[in-house]
Amino acid sequence: MKTEISFVVNGERRSVRAYPMERLLDVLRQQLSLTGTKEGCGEGECGACSVLIDGELATSCLVPVAQAEGTSVVTIEGVAANLRFGALREAFLNCGGAQCGICTPGMMVAAVALLARKPNPTADDIREGLSGNLCRCTGYLQILEAVAEAARRTAAR
Amino acid sequence: MGGVSGSQTEHIVGSSAPRKEGRDKVSGCARYIDDLSFPHMLYGATVRSQIPRGKIKKIDFGPGVAWNEFVIVSAKDIPGRNWVALIENDQPCLAADVVNHPEEAILLLAHPRRHALPKAVAAVEIEYEALPAVFTMDSSERQEQIIWGTDNVFKSYRIEKGDVDSVWAKADYIVEGEYSTGAQEQLYIETNGVIAAFDAEKGITVWGSLQCPYYVHKALVELCGLPEDKVRVVQTETGGAFGGKEDYPSMIAAHASLLAMKAGRPVKIIYDRAEDMAATTKRHPSRTRHRTALSKDGKILGGEIDLVIDGGAYMTLSPVVLSRATIHAGGPYYWPNVRVRAKAVATNTPPHGAFRGFGAPQALFAIERHMERLARAVGLSPAEIRRRNFLQPGQTTITEQVINEPIDLGKLLDRALGLADYEQKKRRFAKENPLGSEKKGMGIAAFLHGAGFTGSGERHLASVVGVEGSADGGVKVLVSSTEFGQGTNTVLCQIAAEALGLPYEDVTMARPDTGEVPNSGPTVASRTAMVVGKLVASAALGLKQTLVAAGLLKGNGTAAEFRAACRAYVAAHQRLRSLARYESPEGIYWDDQKYRGEAYAAFTWAIYVAEVTVNLTSYSTRVDDFVALQEVGRVMNPVLARGQILGGVAQGIGFALYEKVEWREGRMANSQMTNYTIPTSADLPAVRVFFEELGNRYGAFGAKGIGELPMDGPAPAVVNAVEDALGIPFDSVPLLPESIFEGVERAAAWRATTARTPAGVR
Amino acid sequence: MRADPTEYEFVAPASFVDAVQLLAEQPAAWLPIAGGTDVMVQFAAGTLGARKLLSIWNLPELRHIEVLPEEVRIGAGSTYTDLRRHETVGREFPLLTLAASWTGGIANQNRGTLGGNIVNASPAADSLPALLAYEAELILVSARRERRVPYLDFHTGYKKIALEPDELVRAICLKRRFAGYVSYGRKVGARNAQAIAKVSIAGLGRVEKGQVADVRIALGSVAPTPIRLRQTERVLEGRALDRDAIGQARGAAVAETHPIDDIRSTARYRAAVVGNLVGEFLETLGGATGHE
Ligand SMILES: Cc1cc2nc3c(=O)[nH]c(=O)nc-3n(C[C@H](O)[C@H](O)[C@H](O)COP(=O)(O)OP(=O)(O)OC[C@H]3O[C@@H](n4cnc5c(N)ncnc54)[C@H](O)[C@@H]3O)c2cc1C
Ligand code: FES
Ligand code: FES
Repeated sequence: MKTEISFVVNGERRSVRAYPMERLLDVLRQQLSLTGTKEGCGEGECGACSVLIDGELATSCLVPVAQAEGTSVVTIEGVAANLRFGALREAFLNCGGAQCGICTPGMMVAAVALLARKPNPTADDIREGLSGNLCRCTGYLQILEAVAEAARRTAAR
Repeated sequence: MGGVSGSQTEHIVGSSAPRKEGRDKVSGCARYIDDLSFPHMLYGATVRSQIPRGKIKKIDFGPGVAWNEFVIVSAKDIPGRNWVALIENDQPCLAADVVNHPEEAILLLAHPRRHALPKAVAAVEIEYEALPAVFTMDSSERQEQIIWGTDNVFKSYRIEKGDVDSVWAKADYIVEGEYSTGAQEQLYIETNGVIAAFDAEKGITVWGSLQCPYYVHKALVELCGLPEDKVRVVQTETGGAFGGKEDYPSMIAAHASLLAMKAGRPVKIIYDRAEDMAATTKRHPSRTRHRTALSKDGKILGGEIDLVIDGGAYMTLSPVVLSRATIHAGGPYYWPNVRVRAKAVATNTPPHGAFRGFGAPQALFAIERHMERLARAVGLSPAEIRRRNFLQPGQTTITEQVINEPIDLGKLLDRALGLADYEQKKRRFAKENPLGSEKKGMGIAAFLHGAGFTGSGERHLASVVGVEGSADGGVKVLVSSTEFGQGTNTVLCQIAAEALGLPYEDVTMARPDTGEVPNSGPTVASRTAMVVGKLVASAALGLKQTLVAAGLLKGNGTAAEFRAACRAYVAAHQRLRSLARYESPEGIYWDDQKYRGEAYAAFTWAIYVAEVTVNLTSYSTRVDDFVALQEVGRVMNPVLARGQILGGVAQGIGFALYEKVEWREGRMANSQMTNYTIPTSADLPAVRVFFEELGNRYGAFGAKGIGELPMDGPAPAVVNAVEDALGIPFDSVPLLPESIFEGVERAAAWRATTARTPAGVR
Repeated sequence: MRADPTEYEFVAPASFVDAVQLLAEQPAAWLPIAGGTDVMVQFAAGTLGARKLLSIWNLPELRHIEVLPEEVRIGAGSTYTDLRRHETVGREFPLLTLAASWTGGIANQNRGTLGGNIVNASPAADSLPALLAYEAELILVSARRERRVPYLDFHTGYKKIALEPDELVRAICLKRRFAGYVSYGRKVGARNAQAIAKVSIAGLGRVEKGQVADVRIALGSVAPTPIRLRQTERVLEGRALDRDAIGQARGAAVAETHPIDDIRSTARYRAAVVGNLVGEFLETLGGATGHE
């Protein structure tokens, strides 16, 4: 049976009617038209569906929407709209962090989660922070460089 | 940094112009196929064969499903021809009476609710009469069962250069080796997907994640029995392809189209990861045998190379993959005499297809492992044996193509070894290795990659591109060449902007839509920057000439004058469009029968050096450093070019050390991302990328293709490094810890029996 | 996704007591779901048997770590991230923190719970060897009773555990008595992150006056359940960690495990790695105390 689920998405209070076991991923993409969050595997492995739930990184393909009740969810659209993350976007562009782009939203969300906890991450921190996000195009290096550059630029400000 | 200013004096080609569609991608606005939906759209799913080979006896629609809610399509519903048109039309779109591989499509279902489909698919009961199947190249070659044609052979090629039979008597050494490579899944992070819509008047339109809109177009015309102008194919943003979306999209587009025609509503099919892995193409497994005659100073006198690739159940692209493997079989070395025999054979597995490198990585793995054997036989170092045999300008390749550019592979090798600190590390490792359970080694791979289509391919394709001036003064590039991460959009816009002296921002790409853009050929074979780019440059110049001829522009106008001229022209004539068609350069000769002549318009050249540590507690290998040095004609965009190399090296390291398809009766058993392991960010070294630029007169602004090259070198470089670390040769990839363990055990046992010394490798 | 969400029921009780009550009313009808990192994978693959899910995610009674004088009591709903961020756990139970750091990527560590790892009972689960080495105790709770059981006896067979259908794991208790122990943990998987273990080890030991005073070796992925190597430990008791002892222990360890061939590895390889890991642990143990 469908139920009403209320949560905050990208800072806005939203409520949807959904089957509780629908995946948060599907509800975001289909009901809320937030298609920036991608599905790469549906098994928690690739990180393309990464979002923040109450500030913590989560793979939305593994979250029943009912478990998001009362939480605050941030998707790539929320990250994109936030001026604070401008440096991260620019760094991804400059460093070649996005090729086909399908992993990019998840990578950026994971990077936001990382930088929130560790504004001055070491190279190992960055590798670990993104190790749950698979990219098949870049070989990761330019993504790691982008995150490091974003951290540097943000710190410099 | 990075950005391109509007100043015309600054060169755009060669600068790191920002990725055209980059901003959409980093903000999550780029729209991939599963991000689109249409009113009244249905979702489609595929019922697939559960067995590798057999006759379909009966199909039942089991209980528990409201079948009346489903649209159901079988082979009988196909209006045109039941095949996926490609090279040979042997592959049905839907199996009608027999199946030839696990996961072969038999029936299609569509329903308004996506989640209703899996249960329905599972409820279809198919009764088969199983037929004996073939799962390995060996049993296919032995013809234990004839499963394709009269001899299980899709295609064979033979190269004869000089007189191989005469070399054996003269040889100081004869060295033999056998090398093999496994299947590799492309594992683009976006799975295959399309949407098809049918309209009695407009015909079929398909949107999808794909590489080659005109391949799909051709397949749909034949399948649906529609005229060409009633089929339209549009590429949507594509989340990785690597060759994996070269031929398969024709299949899934065909399925969606059949459902859409029957349903009268748009139909979307998106594979889930397990279906994508199990049912779609992978890199061809290969087995190569080398027998080489050497002089005592380490010169190759001649050799025989036997190469077999596993094509799977249908021909699909195997002949072309085999062709590239065949031509690359000799590596970057001079063979005065050589015989190559190559064939692609059938097995009852899903067809293997295109994957970055397209046969070359398989053949180059073999020759680059074999070079180590040659070195050992003669007592030369791996560097020296290569140096003595490198192709020199003026010499000919195995297809007797004359090398007529000033490539100096010896110098390239020196530079790479210097960058890698090769000699010093070798000395250090020789000292340190005996001490611990971690063994370090260095490995080299030298290789070349032919850019563009093989032989007469480009002439047959006769690609056309367009450049259009618009009413607002901007310029648009019209090609069917697609962007799937490699940078097509950016590089082609750079080329047009440079040719026209316009700021990069003034040039945009038309969406690849067969209703709008001319056929610039498929986006494969590292041909886009070189061949299509060159056409874009010439179409751009044509556009300029039109404006000059119309008296609207002086020869060297400013960007503002150009825009004004464009606007004026379009105001007067409605449309400003310039087309350019491929013409094969003079004097290019290729004999398809003898496989002789100018195989490629250009070669890229590379030396890769890998440094590894093998841990003898876990038998796992870590790549500690990786130097990738290559000559690529011209670096069109440094950031993008480096990205191509980094990505290719990562896939190559995956091919070498991580990625194994576990086959069970022709089916992939590990079709989950958790069990088919590609490297993560925690598994790769900070690969170091270096370029050299010799230019190329056949390519736009000197470009040669670089997309595939980096896939060729990592596997042999890494495996050579593992041999260097352990003193044990390994001749197949993927080289998993399990195989290293077995190798170490074998070596220990061998040492124990031969030398009677206790304790093996530890 | 191969499941149809319309076919599933889901409840999220407001408290632990409510959850236990629901299980008491309809035992075996409801499948608890905590972080969902195992349950949702099965759900998406279309292989989840249960149709009724009881969410215990984020229940405050389950998601806390209590430091008592004698023991640390880890709520079963604590995530790997909770464990990694907990200072006392990190200091006194480093094998558990280490295992937590191996468990998938950050996203997985933010949702996956220790209770889920235990009850999912995969022989390859990363934190279970550590719990065996520390000889954890579990607090199991139902509406009928609360009981405390030694974790050593909890796994009874492949994916079989001594948990009643109406019970939940409430907490995992670790005795604070491992100061001065040398710990050694290693996971051998197909890659450095996001990997399922081919073999994993948690080794814990103390050497006094050159002799093994206490040693615990637990392994994952080499038998139908995670196991303690009792035989091997016995071989070592009271002995000096010389070549001989280590060689014997390696042999005993291999004899005590029952690895298999599967899509991830081979039995032969796993057996060899078992020997190597046990050897490496004992060398570490010997070496670490040798310097004292
Ligand atoms: C991408 C990915 C990577 C992973 N990597 C690893 C890894 O490296 N190592 C590893 O060990 N695991 C790994 N896992 C598996 C998984 O994350 C762990 O097993 C995790 O601990 C499960 O916890 P959970 O809360 O998510 O369990 P859930 O999925 O919610 O539940 C799992 C099982 O436990 C039961 N259960 C949960 N809590 C309780 C309780 N308190 N009382 C009674 N029953 C309970 C549930 O009913 C269910 O049967 C990975 C999973 C994914 C998706
Ligand atoms: S889609 Fe969720 S992790 Fe891959
Ligand atoms: S950019 Fe394509 S998968 Fe990362």
